[in-house]
Amino acid sequence: MTVTRRAAFAATLGFALAVSAGAQAADPIKIAFIDPLSGPFATTGESGLRSFEFAAETLVNQKGGVLDGRMFEIVPLDNQISPKESLIQLKRAISDGINYVVQGNSSGVANALTDAIEKHNKRNPDQRVLFLNYSAVDPALTNEKCNFWHFRFDANADIKMDALTDAIAENQDIKKVYIIGQDYSFGKAVADAAVKMLGEKRPDIEIVGNELHPIGKVKDFTPYATKIKASGAQAVITGNWGADMVGLGKAIIEAGVDAPIYTYYGAHDGITATFGELGEGIIRSVREGSLNPPTPEFKALNDGFKAKYPDNDINQPRIFNTVAMLAMAIEKAGTTDPVKVAYALEGMEYDTIMGGKVWMRPSDHQAIQDVHISVHTNKDIVVDADNSGYGLKDEKTVTMAGKDSPTSCEMERPDA
Amino acid sequence: MVELVIFSLLNGLVTGLLLFMLSSGLTLIFSMMGVLNFAHASFYMLGAYFAYTISTYVGFWPGLIVAPLLVGLAGALVERYGLRHVHRHGHVAELIFTFGLAFLIEEIVQFFWGKATKDYSAPELLQFPLFTLYGQNFPAYKAFMILISVGIFIGLFTVLSRTRVGLIIQAAITHPHTVSNLGHNVPLVFMGVFGVGSALAGLAGVIAGPALGTFPGMAFVLGSIVFVVIVVGGLGSLPGAFVASLLIGWLQTFAIALDWSVSDLLDILGISFDSEHVLRDLWTLSLPQVAPILPYILLVLILIFRPRGLMGKRET
Repeated sequence: MTVTRRAAFAATLGFALAVSAGAQAADPIKIAFIDPLSGPFATTGESGLRSFEFAAETLVNQKGGVLDGRMFEIVPLDNQISPKESLIQLKRAISDGINYVVQGNSSGVANALTDAIEKHNKRNPDQRVLFLNYSAVDPALTNEKCNFWHFRFDANADIKMDALTDAIAENQDIKKVYIIGQDYSFGKAVADAAVKMLGEKRPDIEIVGNELHPIGKVKDFTPYATKIKASGAQAVITGNWGADMVGLGKAIIEAGVDAPIYTYYGAHDGITATFGELGEGIIRSVREGSLNPPTPEFKALNDGFKAKYPDNDINQPRIFNTVAMLAMAIEKAGTTDPVKVAYALEGMEYDTIMGGKVWMRPSDHQAIQDVHISVHTNKDIVVDADNSGYGLKDEKTVTMAGKDSPTSCEMERPDA
Repeated sequence: MVELVIFSLLNGLVTGLLLFMLSSGLTLIFSMMGVLNFAHASFYMLGAYFAYTISTYVGFWPGLIVAPLLVGLAGALVERYGLRHVHRHGHVAELIFTFGLAFLIEEIVQFFWGKATKDYSAPELLQFPLFTLYGQNFPAYKAFMILISVGIFIGLFTVLSRTRVGLIIQAAITHPHTVSNLGHNVPLVFMGVFGVGSALAGLAGVIAGPALGTFPGMAFVLGSIVFVVIVVGGLGSLPGAFVASLLIGWLQTFAIALDWSVSDLLDILGISFDSEHVLRDLWTLSLPQVAPILPYILLVLILIFRPRGLMGKRET
């Protein structure tokens, strides 16, 4: 028994050595994509995967790859949005010799991954892993939980709320704000940040309602809408997503509340199509990456994407920044060694395809970029969402949002 | 305050009547066949999705007729070729069968229509506010929902109490063997009732889809509350289901609308606790926070104090 196992081990080792010996110039650079590809959040995961594959293909591979011909290969690994499953997939990626991990859906998963990767890198200095987070917005990831190996390409929840409350604070007609969200950590974080920031920027604004509703269980939002209308709110803030976003938005508009609704996730994945005419000029989203008006480069990119995936949209422009910046960092470092690539990424400035810059802030590895408040409309829309003719048009842009925002991050840096 | 009360009454009425359309079919099926149909809300979802697809080709109105008929047909087929065979193995097997069916339908819906919300919306004709009170709109479509539900209630009640078919159904509810011995085709009656019950759920889906959203979770959010309605109303009792539906509709809307909390009540009684008290979370509990569990509290109370429900004729 022992003999066979040892023999098997030796055989595997021999095979692995043979493979790694052959792993030279033309081998692809593998990037593990750990996100939900089955279960209730599969749509979001799949949409991200398509963008990553398309970005790798168009931004890197068709241009001849990096380091004289090495291509990017996205390796999809399904985590069913569970932190436990994600760690298993991380082990798989590591055992396949993958040095780059991308993930975005759920800050719970991101927290688990960043801890595991930090531990792994400490114990295995020979095979380190970089964690490129393209969507998880929990501020803790670039504050108390930050580490050298984690890079965030999306604006975090606090930066977005800062831009959102700026927009509200500028409008002197708004005196009453209603905050409503799903009853879980993210909904609560949004509410707390909104109350705090509005209090600082416009102490005269009255918070006429601060309410949490059960997540995914409300069948009819009309009673909430009645309350919002009765409160006399002149603006509504919500972190709702999915069906809760559609239900709440529709009920508020139908009740005749004539107030802007500021959202984090009020567009794409069927939501824009469902709001249609009803949401015109009312629904606003706070986001990175300018969709309308598009730059000529982005228009061309989007046309190519639409030709390949007619039913999907490029709804996470940051994915394209992630891929492009990784390629740049590898070129700059002249190697795929994760430590050198990480140092190359730190402080990197990149002119995005959608217009504007991204700066990877060295102190906490938070990407600093333009944050837009966009409005749901069908006027001047070139790049629409859900093929509905409606889309997001920039209304206000905060250039390099959160550039000087404080961070409590104190990371340990390895020797380069 | 008056504004809140008036609109909560209207909203509760809409929710209640919608619940009634679902529970009327469910309560008939349960009292007649003894089957607790877990897939009932799934037929509601099917109705919405069928109507959505039909509406993309020929508009809303044909869907209003065709979609419930299709769902009714699907229901009848499920009874004829599924449930009837499972029936031999007793109620537990039936229960598990409908439970599995609910999951199956959800997966089928996701397979064909995807996971994203569908833009199924009210017809142009009804997209205007019927009236505006205190600046708040009441959409014409909601009034249309009320109209359809009331029509169904009157129609069902007439059929059950004034026609021969209704007599046979009523008899089959309590004495299936006697009815069978009298020469009536009881399995056919069962199939018919299951089909009509499903069609009613489908109709509820058709009219609820544009108002409450058409997405794969729509059956789940409504599924459990429908059982509360039929138990509270009394099994097999249509008037009971009607009263219970309205009761729960209003209970939920008023609970959300009124920002009362336990501490308000204690203030009235002159009792106060300091903010550091161990149970302070309990004192600050407000009505909107507990709104989702109120129907279930009602369910438990009814089962303890009046097991046959408000208008039921036999023990649950």
